Amino acid sequence: MNPAPLVALVGNPNAGKSALFNALTGARQKVGNYPGVTVERHAGRMALPDGRPVELLDLPGTYSLEPSSPDERVTRDVVTGTQAGERLPDAIIVVVDASNLDNHLRFTLQLIALGLPVVVALNMFDLAERDGLKLDPEALARELGVPVIPTVAVRKRGIDDLKETLADLVTPGAMALRRSDPVLHADIATLQRRARQIAMAATISETPVRRWTHMLDSIALHPVFGVLLLFVVLFVMFQAVFFAGAAPADAIAGGFDWLAGLVKQVMPDSILRSLITDGAIAGVGAVIKFLPQILIMFFFILVLEASGYMVRAAFLMDRIMASVGLSGRAFIPLLSSFACAVPGIMSTRTIEDEKDRLTTILIAPLMTCSARLPVYTLVIGAMIPNVRVLPFVGLQGLVMLGLYIMGVAGAFVVALVLRRTVTKGASSGFMMEMPKYQLPSVRDLAIGLWSRAEIFLKRAGTTIAFTTIVLWAMLSFPQVPKGSAVSQVNYSVAGRIANTIEPAFRPIGFNRDIVLALIPAMAAREVSVAALGTVYAIDSSSDDESKMAQTLKKRWSLATALAFLMWFVFAPQCISTIAVTRRETNGWKWPAFMVSYLFVLAYMAAGITYWLATLAGL
Amino acid sequence: MATIPLSLEQLPQRQRATVAGIAWDRLTAPEGRRLRELGFDEGVGIEVLHRARIGGGPIACRIGRMTVALRRRVAGAIHVDPLTS
Repeated sequence: MNPAPLVALVGNPNAGKSALFNALTGARQKVGNYPGVTVERHAGRMALPDGRPVELLDLPGTYSLEPSSPDERVTRDVVTGTQAGERLPDAIIVVVDASNLDNHLRFTLQLIALGLPVVVALNMFDLAERDGLKLDPEALARELGVPVIPTVAVRKRGIDDLKETLADLVTPGAMALRRSDPVLHADIATLQRRARQIAMAATISETPVRRWTHMLDSIALHPVFGVLLLFVVLFVMFQAVFFAGAAPADAIAGGFDWLAGLVKQVMPDSILRSLITDGAIAGVGAVIKFLPQILIMFFFILVLEASGYMVRAAFLMDRIMASVGLSGRAFIPLLSSFACAVPGIMSTRTIEDEKDRLTTILIAPLMTCSARLPVYTLVIGAMIPNVRVLPFVGLQGLVMLGLYIMGVAGAFVVALVLRRTVTKGASSGFMMEMPKYQLPSVRDLAIGLWSRAEIFLKRAGTTIAFTTIVLWAMLSFPQVPKGSAVSQVNYSVAGRIANTIEPAFRPIGFNRDIVLALIPAMAAREVSVAALGTVYAIDSSSDDESKMAQTLKKRWSLATALAFLMWFVFAPQCISTIAVTRRETNGWKWPAFMVSYLFVLAYMAAGITYWLATLAGL
Repeated sequence: MATIPLSLEQLPQRQRATVAGIAWDRLTAPEGRRLRELGFDEGVGIEVLHRARIGGGPIACRIGRMTVALRRRVAGAIHVDPLTS
């Protein structure tokens, strides 16, 4: 049996391609990866009006067949039939923005010239009318020599017509409409002029109206009000991530505790039971409990992207980012990294330039993620006196703020250095189309969130589960002989490693207990709180944090505590971040580099802090 | 070409103009290609919509029917003819 015909959706960025893809396939879609590149492959199934199935491929948006990013290269290779792991499409749906014909038709002409059966979806037809543009789809079809269907993807208009036309195109034996217009093979400037002629011919009338995108922009891009608006948006986003995300995160953690308790009831005490409860369930639970916060973060990112606001935020922040060799596009991924570096690194895909993107990935872990908060809270609460330095300004809060600022300042310095050394290269600058503002559709948001959740859960289920089990094994073996006074933690492989490497950390004020707590912190930073509890032989059922604080006060000097905090600002943690970096950079080279440079920074920062604090007599 | 060369960077906000020419040699190859792809070409209508004033940030301009953000250095390589109306 022949496979279902393959149809590719192609178009300029901002043509509403993904919305059309969602409207055509609904929830029946699959996100994968092209072999060897970090480009997502979005594929879905749809049925033609006559019942035949079609496989639909949503290709990355691009302006031409001359690629300037890995995404754009995939698009070119698929439509020319040279992409590894993909067959040549049987037909192409070219998605064009109805109110931007001049520009989008140029790429359309290039695609038609490839000779594959083509149908043009004249998308966002309603927005063009709102802008006072009256178009004649039939005239456009005549000029282009291919069928043209007006569509409004977000409202599912024109979808049935599009499917009818597609059914004709993928019928075996149907003659592809080929034209041998010499202009189609011409250079970009000639194509552009031809595109403008066609756009003119297809435009019935054009009444200039005051576009409300421009009115909104005069606020959103305003040097004062625009920046204020951006801060309000960010404030709401962080409040939502930290507060709305907390309750479901606790519920998930509770659910995993309950599950572990259940296993403990039905299974006799054994190594296997410990593997299941302390290894697998606890480890995966520690990661999955971040899912609500990650989803809330992505909800905001998707809304900001789909509404068109994201580009405005990038516009406002470009100057600051440019000062360290990055572009405005890096702003949002770095911002997301304050919640968690994992979604932050995942969202660097919107950065076109490879070197910009790599630099952003490498500095993302320096943004203080939410997993560091429990550690900061514990240590600051225990060691920093709760005094007011100014009315309404407490010393504890000031130290906390200082740690956040250290992270950002560190990131900027690192970016500056990286851009002059390992990620050197001509900056791609900042040149981007600013799309019209649009209300995002609920369906597109839901599908976007679902695919993010799927990617995250898959990773939690594989890489992260595996590494947490390895860490569990390191803490559980070899087992303490019965009746020994030595604690299991000290006797284990991890304990022995800590004993071995402890001398290396002694100069920066870390004792053996701290070194030991750093090992499980690799799975998730906040685990180090529980680990310290275990090391100090306290029942670490986490409500005992005040007891923990008292123990810390007794055992640590202030200099050690400050050094420990500085270590956490820069430390190369956690496994999830390293795993996602490997995935996004396609190999172990960059995660290895990231871990090394962070380690050196953390060591130096903790060391300098310790030495200075000791000199000051703390 | 305009008799008095005026770059997009110097064009007053909301002053309609057409692209008179582009100094391709002052741009990198990818920059030049992206400019062409975004529709920058001689004779196309252009207008500066917004400037991120603080410290010489990027500018947003209308080119054809599109709004495009670019940095000042690139805008400086685009020569424009203001339309007198």
